[in-house]
Amino acid sequence: MFSRAYKTVVTVPPLVWVTVFLLLPYLLMFCYSFWSVSPEQAIVHSWNLENYKELIQKTVYWQTLLRSMGIAVRVMIFSLLLGYPLAYFLSFCAGKRKDLLYQVVIIPLWVSYLVRAYAWKTILGSDGVLNTLLQYGHLTRHPLDFLLYSPFAVVLTLTHIYTPFTFLPIYAALEHIPRNLVEASHDLGATPAQTFWKVVFPLSIPGVIAGATFAFVLSLGDFLAPLLLGGPSGIMISNIVVSLFGAAYNWPLGAAISLAMLVIVVGLLFLSERLEKKWSFS
Amino acid sequence: MSPASESQSAPPDPSRPALLSVRNVAKAFGRNTVLRNVSLEIAEGEFLTILGESGSGKTTLLRIIAGFESATSGELWMGAERLDHQPPYRRRVNTVFQSYALFPHLTVEENIGYGLRIARRPAAEIAQRVSDALDKVKMSAHAKAKPSKISGGQQQRVALARALVNRPRLLLLDEPLSALDANLRRQMQVELKSLQREVGITFVFVTHDQEEAMVMSDRIALLRSGELEQVASPREIYSRPATSYVAQFVGHTNLLKGQAQAGIVRCASLTWPASLPNGPVLFSLRPEHVRLAGKDKATGIVRTRGRVLNQAFHGATELIRVECADGLVLIARIPSGTGSHNEVELEFSPADAALIRDSPERD
Amino acid sequence: MEFLLSTDPANVPRWLMLHAIAVFSFLYLPIAVLILYSFNGQGVGGFPPHHLTLNWYRILFADGPIWDSVLNSLQVAFAAMAISLIFGVPAALALDRAHFPGKAFFRRLVLLPLILPGIITGLSLLMLFNITGTKLSLITIMLGHGTALISVATTEVFAGLQKLDRAQEEASLDLGANYWQTFWRITVPNLKLSIIGAALLIFTLSMDEIAVSFFLIGRDNTLPLEIWGRLRRGITPEINAVSTIIFAFSLITIVLWYSLRRRSALGTDVGMELVESSNRDAN
Repeated sequence: MFSRAYKTVVTVPPLVWVTVFLLLPYLLMFCYSFWSVSPEQAIVHSWNLENYKELIQKTVYWQTLLRSMGIAVRVMIFSLLLGYPLAYFLSFCAGKRKDLLYQVVIIPLWVSYLVRAYAWKTILGSDGVLNTLLQYGHLTRHPLDFLLYSPFAVVLTLTHIYTPFTFLPIYAALEHIPRNLVEASHDLGATPAQTFWKVVFPLSIPGVIAGATFAFVLSLGDFLAPLLLGGPSGIMISNIVVSLFGAAYNWPLGAAISLAMLVIVVGLLFLSERLEKKWSFS
Repeated sequence: MSPASESQSAPPDPSRPALLSVRNVAKAFGRNTVLRNVSLEIAEGEFLTILGESGSGKTTLLRIIAGFESATSGELWMGAERLDHQPPYRRRVNTVFQSYALFPHLTVEENIGYGLRIARRPAAEIAQRVSDALDKVKMSAHAKAKPSKISGGQQQRVALARALVNRPRLLLLDEPLSALDANLRRQMQVELKSLQREVGITFVFVTHDQEEAMVMSDRIALLRSGELEQVASPREIYSRPATSYVAQFVGHTNLLKGQAQAGIVRCASLTWPASLPNGPVLFSLRPEHVRLAGKDKATGIVRTRGRVLNQAFHGATELIRVECADGLVLIARIPSGTGSHNEVELEFSPADAALIRDSPERD
Repeated sequence: MEFLLSTDPANVPRWLMLHAIAVFSFLYLPIAVLILYSFNGQGVGGFPPHHLTLNWYRILFADGPIWDSVLNSLQVAFAAMAISLIFGVPAALALDRAHFPGKAFFRRLVLLPLILPGIITGLSLLMLFNITGTKLSLITIMLGHGTALISVATTEVFAGLQKLDRAQEEASLDLGANYWQTFWRITVPNLKLSIIGAALLIFTLSMDEIAVSFFLIGRDNTLPLEIWGRLRRGITPEINAVSTIIFAFSLITIVLWYSLRRRSALGTDVGMELVESSNRDAN
């Protein structure tokens, strides 16, 4: 029913815009990763694989990448451990208060990321809330200094920030499970635990995969929480990229690392799409 | 040649000039052919029903006339004007949608005035015409209501008023009664028919309900798997079905398959004289033409005995299925209150058996 | 307690409830701390807070750079909203109604910034601006936010289009309105909620965005970057005050949004749709 003119008008402007401001920049990043920097700090537009060689040969880069992935995996696991039971509780046990509680989970997302990260600094600092409480209760004599400026602080903060993101798709998946399936399972003699493991959980797997992907991908690329709370041992790969684009002034190497990240992320998205399809039965 | 070409080419009422002609229209969605070679003349002021099962292509044909789909091939002409190249908003054709498609954000009044406002009619004229239209469909009391606040039957009237207020040359109705319950539906059939007479606008009505088509239409175009099976008045469709498909689709019937030889038709154990060329023949015999045999046998009447398989009560009449000799099963419509039967003798007049063509199997 | 039993015949395990309470506390602890400390006489240090004061708010209101950055952020957010809607709404219509080569790729590309770490989008745009010799300013941030958040507008409006009865638009065309009139009189009013929802979400996300802005910043700071600069410098309790104010504004926005949704039966959940469709389509 839509004329050719209509289709052209709605298609061409977004297509052009997205090509110029999204596709072109990504391609540019790809190009940059094969260029290099001259001693006079000018970009040399000659094509070579030096940046990728450096990425592989210098342990600091791939070790930081591995450590970042380690942090991201921990954030993912903790977010799932916090988010899944919460989603199950809301979906199956909260009755009429479901919608209200759902909003309560979402509201922290509206509070500035930066400010929440900063609040954790207030909580974890050596004269912060937690340490004062611990000393007050005579649980420690001296403030615990590993709380702040450590990978622990980064994982804690990122878990705090990404738990609602993990919760959302799981909750959506649980909400889509027809309730009569649960009733049918009970009717056929399954206990609540059996019903959960044999009916509810398998049907919620696409949500779990989506939530896990969110938590992993978003925390892998984070560079603010490590800067604010991570200390030297909490440095993540994006921090290296930031410094390469800043003080260290090596954009091509930065682009190569970013591209490595991009490949990992897009690969993961592809994988999670496959897995979600495999586990979706509708 | 299509099996229905004979009746299809029968002109509409010659006293009425053709308003819309559909010429060799075909439509395919990808590899799926929905309409093939449909030709149809729609006369000025007539009530034409496109009747067919779901998937017969009737809604697609309607949407092509409205301009929401374009035909893969073929032409539409409205008088001397080629219609199929016009976008829907330039056609003097309006539609009553199956879902009514009332705009939820506009009031009843605003919905009805939508087309007139788009056409930039003067405000006073719009107000007048909208209020007349509201009167006509008895919805004046609900002028300021939003569509979600009125009942299904009322929404239906508003949809009708919204289309008619623009004085289209042709009004298309896409199963507009299908969402209503049975009682309201019968009432609306009558109202719609009298409204059509009153306004004199040509109605093209799409339905899958053969009874509805019978009650309302001047002519019925019966569509089957994208081809027209027969176009004729309800009476003719019923009493002179062109094909076995039409005969079965419209009401109950007995299909009698037999052989004609030397002026005698032989159908299972039944025989009667008929001047037909030799070869296989097919008759449609309506159940109401099959009677319980009386005491006296008139000349030319065919009689047969059989065992009653079942008997179904239909109010004033009952339908009985009777197994006769040689595996022939006849359905007869008999008056109620004759008691239950085990074995009966049936009779019919061969003149009531309409000679039809066999519809080839399709799709 | 009967509400706990309403959907599940079995009793809710005790640990599940305790777990839920624990997670809620975890999510709200930092928010509570920041609100509390915005009134703390001693600034950021020490526990429990004492000498409750409005001093930080007084300092905040006298703080010129912060308010400049707030104004900058507002400009950026409105511009981002305009860009993402101007291109995101047609993109949704195109995805719903048009067929063109590379459509699947286009869809993934549009949605990519939603799931991709902001640093990648920010850096790639930085390279574009660098190579074209564009001076970094608030405008480059607007372009960055606008482009990245097209994903939000497209996702929301696309979800709205899936629920829109196509016959509505057909009826409008049938009644003589052309495509342009139909778009403004029928399509937009029907998508009102999706569009408003998307606009609110874009606005909020832009106000809080830092990863993309971080690389595209010129001389003028946005609010998050101003806050970031101060956090890097050290202890600044007025940040708690400004955060508390932002939180209050966010709450008001949420309440407004939900009352708007409740008034219309066609309510859709913006966040939910975003998440559902981004994990369905983004990859």
